[in-house]
Amino acid sequence: MYAVRLWSVRHSRLMERSYQLLEASLIAIAPLLARIGYPRLEKPFAWTERHLKGLLFDCQMCGQCALSSTGMSCSMNCPKNLRNGPCGGVRANGNCEVKPEMKCVWVAAWEGARHMSGGTAILEVQKPVDHSLKGSSSWLRVVREKTAPPPAAPAKPKAVAS
Amino acid sequence: MSVVCMHRSAGRLEAALRAGHFVLTAETSPPDAGAAGPVLERAGCLKGIADAVNVTDGAGARAHMSALAAAAILSHHGIEPVLQFTVRDRNRMALQGDLLGAAALGVPNILCLHGDDAKKGDQPETKPVYDIDSRELMRTARRLRDEGLLPSGRPVEPRPGIFIGAADLPVEPKAGWKPDGLLAKIDSGADFVQTQYAFDLPLLRRYLAALADHGIPDRLFILVGVGPLASAKSARWMNEHLFGVHVPEPLIERLERAADPRAEGRRICVEMLQELAEIDGVAGAHLMAPKQEQACAEAIVESGLLGRRRAA
Repeated sequence: MYAVRLWSVRHSRLMERSYQLLEASLIAIAPLLARIGYPRLEKPFAWTERHLKGLLFDCQMCGQCALSSTGMSCSMNCPKNLRNGPCGGVRANGNCEVKPEMKCVWVAAWEGARHMSGGTAILEVQKPVDHSLKGSSSWLRVVREKTAPPPAAPAKPKAVAS
Repeated sequence: MSVVCMHRSAGRLEAALRAGHFVLTAETSPPDAGAAGPVLERAGCLKGIADAVNVTDGAGARAHMSALAAAAILSHHGIEPVLQFTVRDRNRMALQGDLLGAAALGVPNILCLHGDDAKKGDQPETKPVYDIDSRELMRTARRLRDEGLLPSGRPVEPRPGIFIGAADLPVEPKAGWKPDGLLAKIDSGADFVQTQYAFDLPLLRRYLAALADHGIPDRLFILVGVGPLASAKSARWMNEHLFGVHVPEPLIERLERAADPRAEGRRICVEMLQELAEIDGVAGAHLMAPKQEQACAEAIVESGLLGRRRAA
């Protein structure tokens, strides 16, 4: 919902803290999640994210959430799906070129990022969207990535080019 | 009306089909290269041998040189291309632009396809487009050609001469079966079809008889898919992995017994070509063999079907 989405960006600091808490909790119970089995958890988690993040951020379920890097403004709501800053069509009033009644998600993102402790993450370049992840749980993916053992060092280190 | 007036493209493929010749098309895949040379190195052996050469479009959902560029290179070197057009990677605007661009670059034939699933390729994270389907692409091409209009209604002048192809899969025609898919493709504008591999000739005959019951051979040209099998192993792989393909066991056994399976595969292909040329309703054959253009060229020559009609 658009009004709720704007509220979430205005309260990006609160959202950031909630997210940090959620992430820490999920990582804490990661062994339990792993025992239940991530594939089994995929559906209920995706369902929860779809509804909760859908309400708060108009989440589009891209499956690779970047909210903490985009001022809690979901960049998948950009009609051009731009993940790295706005296009050249931002109107003088800060609204979208394609949807004139909507605030540009990247104008909102910069406002949101200013209130966040990790707001400078907005400067990180986002990789192209992996469309094979669409509809999947972003939270579970983050937990799995952060709790996965570090990849084994290559057997034969390559010679460093001079 | 003279035969010439009926022609929709300036291509030799259409001319040979309308003249009643048994046509032979082959296939090449654009290379992973940033120069024209490798395109010709692969497909050059088909020059003067195949009536036209299909150029695959991101086959196996992998990126290669653009099919349009490779087709234009072939065309400029005297090899008539059939440009495969998938709706997987381009939206309607890009497809419309490429339909016009292909005609401008001397590509007279297109084959409209859905395209292999992006998830099965080597970049599964790719966004599959599918803005329109392959039938809508055919309708778009036909409207450009026959009415000189883009879907928006804007006129195109001069109109592109496009000979429109579709893909087909021979199936067992059970009682009451109707070729709905093929009829829909004809309604969408298909002038010809090229089928998936049809190694099972008895099944193909039953299929063609069912098509004849619906008057299809009078309404579009049917080119049956064949190819030189490389080995028994690859035949078994095709049976397991290529949808709708059935290489009969006796053929696999022949390949297994052969001292030189490649030569045997080519012999089987030549025999099939000769049989196909005798079947009513078959307008030609389409030879497919990934990265084996030379084997296809040899099979065509050995079949003797070109006769005095030398393609070139």
